[in-house]
Amino acid sequence: MALLDRTARGLFLWELVKGMALTFSYMFKPRVTLNYPYERGPTSPRFRGEHALRRYPNGEERCIACKLCEAICPALAITIEAEPREDGSRRTTRYDIDMTKCIYCGLCQEACPVDAIVEGPNLEFATETREELYYNKDKLLANGDRWEAQIAANLAADAPYR
Amino acid sequence: MPKLTIDGVEIEVAPGTSVLQACEQLGIEVPRFCYHERLSVPANCRMCLVEVERMPKPAASCALPVGEGMVVKTNTPNVHKARKGVMEFLLINHPLDCPICDQGGECDLQDQAVSYGYDRGRFEENKRTVSDKYMGPLIKTYMTRCIQCTRCIRFVDEIAGVPALGGLARGEHLEITPALEAGVNSEMSGNLVDVCPVGALTSKPYSFNARPWELRKTESIDVMDAVGSNIRIDARGGEVLRVLPRLNEDVNEEWISDKTRYAIDGLKRQRLDRPYVRGADGKLKPATWAEAFAAIKAKVDGVAGSKIAGVAGDLVDVESTVALKDLLNALGSQNLDCRQDGASFDASNRAGYIFNTGIAGIENADVVLLIGTNPRWEAPLVNSRIRKTYLTGKLKKVAVIGQNIDLTYPTEWLGNSGSVLTDLANGTHAFAETLRNAKNPLIILGAGALRRGDGPAVQAAARKLAEAVGAVREDWNGFNVLHLAAGRVGALDAGFLPGAGGRDLGGILSGAQKGEIEVVYLLGADEIEGDRFGKAFVIYQGHHGDRGAHRADVILPGAAYTEKNATYVNTEGRVQQARLATFPLGEAREDWKVLRALSAELGQTLPYDTLGQLRQRMVALNPVFGALDRLVPAAWGPFGTEGAVADAHFTSPVENFYMTDPISRASQTMADCTEAFLKPALAAAAAE
Repeated sequence: MALLDRTARGLFLWELVKGMALTFSYMFKPRVTLNYPYERGPTSPRFRGEHALRRYPNGEERCIACKLCEAICPALAITIEAEPREDGSRRTTRYDIDMTKCIYCGLCQEACPVDAIVEGPNLEFATETREELYYNKDKLLANGDRWEAQIAANLAADAPYR
Repeated sequence: MPKLTIDGVEIEVAPGTSVLQACEQLGIEVPRFCYHERLSVPANCRMCLVEVERMPKPAASCALPVGEGMVVKTNTPNVHKARKGVMEFLLINHPLDCPICDQGGECDLQDQAVSYGYDRGRFEENKRTVSDKYMGPLIKTYMTRCIQCTRCIRFVDEIAGVPALGGLARGEHLEITPALEAGVNSEMSGNLVDVCPVGALTSKPYSFNARPWELRKTESIDVMDAVGSNIRIDARGGEVLRVLPRLNEDVNEEWISDKTRYAIDGLKRQRLDRPYVRGADGKLKPATWAEAFAAIKAKVDGVAGSKIAGVAGDLVDVESTVALKDLLNALGSQNLDCRQDGASFDASNRAGYIFNTGIAGIENADVVLLIGTNPRWEAPLVNSRIRKTYLTGKLKKVAVIGQNIDLTYPTEWLGNSGSVLTDLANGTHAFAETLRNAKNPLIILGAGALRRGDGPAVQAAARKLAEAVGAVREDWNGFNVLHLAAGRVGALDAGFLPGAGGRDLGGILSGAQKGEIEVVYLLGADEIEGDRFGKAFVIYQGHHGDRGAHRADVILPGAAYTEKNATYVNTEGRVQQARLATFPLGEAREDWKVLRALSAELGQTLPYDTLGQLRQRMVALNPVFGALDRLVPAAWGPFGTEGAVADAHFTSPVENFYMTDPISRASQTMADCTEAFLKPALAAAAAE
């Protein structure tokens, strides 16, 4: 009996029919793939992407050169130099992040007392050379300016849980 | 000796000890802000509260003398609660600006808030703000952070002896204010930064530069004066960012002078980072080491040893002086001198040129005689030691021969001419009686007294005086020479002096003018005018482009004191070792290595290849160099040359405290201090 059964399945290509049935059943199910980069999935407000230095609404940079991010960075990716600015306030003269060293742990933004350094939602910053991944202060501030709306929204969304 | 129990442990302490000190002897930590070991006790921060049995309330342990049978508890819930309450009150008016505060990371308030602070404030009202005060170019103020411990007021009053700070108003409105907003004009003012437990007073040149945790700390020795203060050099990368004092009760206690602390920005300016050779057109041109050595070899080869001379400067270490001495001796030269200021004195007996009593020994003196010295500018820490002794009441009288200036303690001015010293030595002066009646008379002979030309006679007169008044006994040696230069005693100990038939500095300079000296090797010697070398070929080895380098025909870049492992001997004769904090700049090398390489080039290879071998050679030369960090008493014996002391005035050679050597002359901060503190004083003196 078993022999007959197996022969019949082989003859009528039953396995193939079963496989194709599964395949065709997906035609009627909702799509799970995304047409990246034209479509993209949702990201958490806590997503840790590319770094940015933020400014206050009046254009003043937030960073006060307290160097806590530099101290806490486990990968030693951050380098800061500071001196008094002309108006006597404490500011950085240099704020470098080596993105090739960074492990995106987010400790820098946790340490920051003024929400200046943040890891923004951007994850598409691949470059062709390593040198382009050595971010300086200008690059980080430019990032902050570009992503400010989203960063601020993310921080606001996450604020109740902190 | 009262016996008391602290946290269940019984301890017997000296009468008069406070409970806080007794706790410290047991290793129990008691938090404090206003209490400082070396200052008076105001007991106004209330942080050191402890519970004492049979006392109704917690007591401030810093101001509570121990009593027989006292039972003290430092670790009860009650004590903790009291301290938490005090901390909350202190934090009410303290701004939450630790991230921008330079004290952050090394702040007493920050540290103790971890143990005793609440994690949030309950204070809803407005915080107090206080306007910032001007305290000169060294101290940056942020008075809102002040917790009114009054340590700074007590420091300037008691240690610095310049009552420049005071408190205005009371209670919450108490403000620390400098008198007339004129800055704190003291050569010890930098210590205020260390004394302040919070970030109200911070260092201006260092402001916002670095965090304590990024700094590489090296324990070393200072060379800005001959005291040899123990310091900690904080560096980041190749840059020295600040200098802090290190505790050494025998030398500097826990203070350092402003020059020690702030002249370090001079290490970044005017530096020699590569060799130079003067070309045919008379201009210095950058060269390689090989070219510089070749230029020296071309000149020195064929010159008789008696036509070569060497002068050691103020900041030189013992290693390089010994190396230069050995090199010049090997070349056949005996023309060596380390007294570039032109001082002449008899260096045959060590007791004749060191501070025999020791700096800590000042505390046993009851009468002090200062001859031709201004210790306030020449060695601020010696001066503060004299003031400390004066404050204890042990020091009955300080007399001065020389300029009549304010030394921060009352002095009796005996006059400024040399005849006063002669009279004293002969016993005909009235003050000789006071010295004779003193138990431990102390005589300090300044560098200014020895550089007048009649140095040996002054030295002999002072020795005669010391012997006549009983200042030299088995248990007490009150004859002291206060040097100005950190390298001087070391060089004298190494015998960097004219050898048999050699010329001293005067002989070298006149010989150079006449053409009898053809080659002069300046080892960091910058105090001699360039034209005094005549047509001689000048080799300058040093770290700053100062006077010596301007005149030089070949410049060999050396290392500054922060850049080498080196030995220095302070004015007491205490041998101490400085350590490398940063590497020498550019192509510069440690000085003894330069000399060793040059010796090989000149065919007189020095017999040491490592620092260890060189130090063995030093000890062989003078066993004193083997006794690190301790005083070796020098045997008393005759020194000086009996003779007439000229009637000329005794003056201190230091005209500007802030600029005495190539490093401080290159320092911007020291220039600012000169501008802020000395110019107004000079203008006021001129107006009178």
